Amino acid sequence: MTVVHQHQHGAPVAVTPGKATPTWRLLVTLAVAGGLSGWLVVTVYQITRPAVERYAAQRVAGAVREVLERPARWDTLYLVNGALVSKAPAGPNAQELPIAYVGYDATGKRIGAAVTAAEPGFQELLTLMIGFDPESGALLGFKVLDEKETPGLGDKIETDSSFRTQFADRLPPLTGVKGHPGGNRNEVQTITGATISSRAVIRIVNHAVAKWRPLLQAYHAGGAP
Amino acid sequence: MSAAVAPALVVTASPHVRSQDSTPRIMWNVAATLVPIIVAATWFFGVSSLLVIAAATAGALATERAFGRGGTLADGSAAITGMLLGLTLPAGLSLWMAALGGAFGIGFGKVVWGGLGQNVFNPALLGRAFLQAAFPVAITTWPTVGGRFWTLKGDLFALPFTHPLPDAITSATPLGLLKFEGKGTAIEQLILGNTSGSLGETAALVILAGGIYLAWRGYLNWRIPAAVLLTVIVFSAIVHAVDAHRPDPLFMLFSGGLMLGTVYMATDPVTSPVTNRGRWVFGAGVGVLVVVIRIWGGLPEGVMYAILFMNALVPFINRATQPRLFGTRLGGAT
Amino acid sequence: MVPGAPPPATVIADMWRGIGRENPVLVQFLGMCPTMAVTNTLANGIAMGAATTFVLVGSGLFVSLFRKYIAHEVRITSYILIIATFVTLADMILAATFPAISKALGPFMPLIVANCLLLGRAEAFAAKVAVHRAVADGLGMGLGFTLSLSLLSALRETLGHGSLLGHPLFGPRFEPWVFMVMPPGGFFALGVALLALAWIVELRRRRVRAVA
Repeated sequence: MTVVHQHQHGAPVAVTPGKATPTWRLLVTLAVAGGLSGWLVVTVYQITRPAVERYAAQRVAGAVREVLERPARWDTLYLVNGALVSKAPAGPNAQELPIAYVGYDATGKRIGAAVTAAEPGFQELLTLMIGFDPESGALLGFKVLDEKETPGLGDKIETDSSFRTQFADRLPPLTGVKGHPGGNRNEVQTITGATISSRAVIRIVNHAVAKWRPLLQAYHAGGAP
Repeated sequence: MSAAVAPALVVTASPHVRSQDSTPRIMWNVAATLVPIIVAATWFFGVSSLLVIAAATAGALATERAFGRGGTLADGSAAITGMLLGLTLPAGLSLWMAALGGAFGIGFGKVVWGGLGQNVFNPALLGRAFLQAAFPVAITTWPTVGGRFWTLKGDLFALPFTHPLPDAITSATPLGLLKFEGKGTAIEQLILGNTSGSLGETAALVILAGGIYLAWRGYLNWRIPAAVLLTVIVFSAIVHAVDAHRPDPLFMLFSGGLMLGTVYMATDPVTSPVTNRGRWVFGAGVGVLVVVIRIWGGLPEGVMYAILFMNALVPFINRATQPRLFGTRLGGAT
Repeated sequence: MVPGAPPPATVIADMWRGIGRENPVLVQFLGMCPTMAVTNTLANGIAMGAATTFVLVGSGLFVSLFRKYIAHEVRITSYILIIATFVTLADMILAATFPAISKALGPFMPLIVANCLLLGRAEAFAAKVAVHRAVADGLGMGLGFTLSLSLLSALRETLGHGSLLGHPLFGPRFEPWVFMVMPPGGFFALGVALLALAWIVELRRRRVRAVA
């Protein structure tokens, strides 16, 4: 039996009601659709993956270059079982390991280390890359990798260069002050109207340095250059 | 009997007895009580106060004139909206922002709903909420009280749509001091209004006097302010008793825009409930929200959002507090 | 179709419908989620519109192509599968070509699957007509969607950032309306657009009445 539906845009269309379709046909329909869909997705994934990975690598490289003040080269260290190693262990979780980048200048002298850290900002997770010198503990700088702060206010942590640049050579743990800081090496000036976002940055920097500095010191003490 | 003497029978729908108070009369009375508040604001912040209030009022009147229905300018409600908005602003706000706030308050707070009596939200507060969301830095830049009368409190004459240049001495409001720096403010200072803040939050006693006059004339319903203030006192007393670091009830009462909001904005007859029980519920809701936002919220002050939030609930409060019709039971059964 | 003959009127009509009289955003109120969420800059609005157009055309094409073979009972499953496939493709292609925009759109790219405009057109139109009409309809609806999103995002970026496509419009002293790039700005911009549309429609109706 065939029911004819009238639709305002199209010609009459035949629609077959339930019992007329055998189960095997339904299964074949879905299997063919799924197979075609899977084939298309996998093909395009393979075509686009190199570009996507290239962009991701460029992003990290750009951030490392910026926070380590243009190193000549850098090593990638992986945090495995509470210690840093220079080679990622094989295994499916290797991509998820916390990473530190240790940068060197043209003469081979160590500049410092860059690490990424994410903690809640004003609204959502705020991800920073933080550069510092593990020996003295002094900051080199930071770069915002990902933020969802209020446009025009909280995002000044990224766009306001006078906020960003004041972190260079400061000594964590930092405290945020309103108005002009007294010249202490552990004080930075918060942004007017974006106190919460500014303090989030300070908190993330403090935590990251506290966590990574002993790890990097232990790594370098272990004979690494 | 001569047909000529028989008076024509006049049939009208209720109401048959009208009070002498027309909308314009009430409105201009309310406006008159705002004058002392504006004078107090001018005393504290100088000529900037008058300019900011005038700009907000001009924005409101121009919008009412351009888009409102004919003749609605004379009822005074747009002027009151403008003046009240002006009183919620900092003295150093650029005039173009104040005027834009007035225009937004009338345009999107009143005209788009269908004019006076149709709106859900208090237009003055809607205008302020817009300014708060659009220019969050400018509207929280609070000039310090005092100084010469003719000295402007900020970049008032910044060109429209441009960034005001920071050129005034500013200081945090008592609520801001409390929230962000954990500092208190002397209560005498608060009651006299000798603190940094918006124009109309610095004259608690003058506002209270105006409110008592309006309540005595029957132009505002005393239940709403009574409910708000009582709730704030009781709730903050409990919080203060549990944790002595929290502000005491007197501080809560006389800081921020609580007095202005309670007397002039929560009582807006259009955007508050029509039943007396509903008015108590509405006022208590505002009071609770004010304390909750001030103590646990991210913002130092919560009067504006408390009133706007309760405005949205008014239709439900009205429905839930319908008085019993004579001869019926609540719930509709006869 | 005879070679060289003008295309049948229905194809043109199918396309115009989506752009004007049955505009998905301003008339049908479909796809409100991306309309509010990603229209904070013009680039984001155009990218979302283009991605949605790609999915509309692709899914319309395949739904119409296989309409005789897809059994009634599993049609929704099949349509969603087709739509999800094209959304995934759009997401991957965008990530490989415009990584900055792809990052800005974030979760709203995969969420195109949940845009009821897509299943709506598949079920109500593409499943019932020949391929060329389904494609024309997808293109029209997609263009209408893109136009509406561009309109809203142009308004929001102009006021909220003082720029268009990242180019500053008003010079350095412009004070941005922060509110326009935040979520409430989306509702406000849509409200203003609908107000303007209603006003234009009303003006036109009055003119027609005056002529008659």
